[in-house]
Amino acid sequence: MSLFDKFQPIIDIQAELQALGVMPFGAITEKLLSSTEAIVDGHKVILAGTNNYLGLTFEPECLEAAKQAIDELGTGTTGSRMANGTFAGHVALENELAEFFDRRHAIVFSTGYAATMGMGSTLAGPGDVIVLDADSHASIYDGVRLGGADVIRFRHNDPADLDKRLRRLGDRIENTLIIVEGIYSMMGDQAPLAEIAEVKRKYGGLLLVDEAHSLGMLGAHGRGVAEAAGVEDDVDFIVGTFSKSLGAIGGYCVSNHDQLNAIRFAIRSYIFTASPSPSVIASTRAALRLMQERPYLRDQLWANAQRLYDGLQALGLQVSPQVSPVVAVTIKDRNQAIDWWNRLLQLGAYVNLVMPPASPGDDSLLRCSVSAAHSAEQIDRIIDAFASVQGSAQAL
Amino acid sequence: MPDYNEFLARIFEILKPFAKQGLILNEETELVTDLGLSSLQVMELIERIEDHFDMSIPLNILPDIRTVHDLAQQLEKLTRS
Repeated sequence: MSLFDKFQPIIDIQAELQALGVMPFGAITEKLLSSTEAIVDGHKVILAGTNNYLGLTFEPECLEAAKQAIDELGTGTTGSRMANGTFAGHVALENELAEFFDRRHAIVFSTGYAATMGMGSTLAGPGDVIVLDADSHASIYDGVRLGGADVIRFRHNDPADLDKRLRRLGDRIENTLIIVEGIYSMMGDQAPLAEIAEVKRKYGGLLLVDEAHSLGMLGAHGRGVAEAAGVEDDVDFIVGTFSKSLGAIGGYCVSNHDQLNAIRFAIRSYIFTASPSPSVIASTRAALRLMQERPYLRDQLWANAQRLYDGLQALGLQVSPQVSPVVAVTIKDRNQAIDWWNRLLQLGAYVNLVMPPASPGDDSLLRCSVSAAHSAEQIDRIIDAFASVQGSAQAL
Repeated sequence: MPDYNEFLARIFEILKPFAKQGLILNEETELVTDLGLSSLQVMELIERIEDHFDMSIPLNILPDIRTVHDLAQQLEKLTRS
């Protein structure tokens, strides 16, 4: 036995993939041609797996803001928010996020992972209880394990199961944090947040919603699933990321609880890491502004999502349970999924290959994410690539 | 309140389909090594026990469970706490 033995399954899969000549988990993006096209592993592809939902990564205003920040403030802050790493831009972004979400307080983190992991590990500790959706993101699971609270799962998107779990808690409900996501990252399905909020109202506890994949997509202002479901008042904390619809990197938490400003100084993933670089903050602020000024991007995004969903469904593929900017195709056989991923790349469509345990069940996924910046013609080319791969599979 | 033996009986019942031919389930049967349960199947086992006994089982107890005996013991401990 050695420390390395536990990595053998990963080494075996790597060897298997290498023998097939496919490296889906190390695909190299060599050149970006636009927010929707790139050269990946030597192939010119449409990017259909980058979570660039609003397509803002090459917006001139975002680029200019980032460049100006580099010129004026340098490349990095070289320190923690709690030490030398709080610049005026960080505070301005927190104020702008609070205003956008119509909440009193906001915290900016260096990554989305740090935000969810940090909040999950800090809000509930030993003796407390966390009740989370079974399909929660790894950053949530990592955080709650670190925090030391009793962690109870409820069946994915099942408010009745949540009801049972909360009922069983009795008095412990006072020390309970419920965690769900807005849109789930792998299958793109939405949380039934109105029903979940109703269960929370019935029993109590605090509710945290991760809107990483729903910011800028849903609700009258683009605030996410909580806004769309009309239950923002029931949500105590919203966390999310800048690395998807805002095209940068970083994370946030917003809340009306005044304690958030004290909690900030207890979150280790906030304290013991360098703050986001000035250029990242500057482009995020510009993107947040553009997202509000251009609500039509949401309409384009959903039109593209519907087009891709309908197209893949018409091919008879097993697609996600509901239309969303994340469209996942389930492939039962892992080797078939690897083969399809590789062929799609060669045909000019870059999607994400997801294998267990990252996928929700035992199956593998070819996960597509749609952008507002995709043209209808690009969406059709993605569908054509799937049709072609499917056709050659059926011909065998 | 269910006791150790009640938990044990229910666990055996749920695990019966997983016992390959020739394997007789006992308290020392290991869930992963002997029965080959995946992490997903372990979670399904937990959910079925939760439903049957109307209880919630925190994930925190899982690292301490290797055998059927470990599981029944942890469940009994939970009902006493």
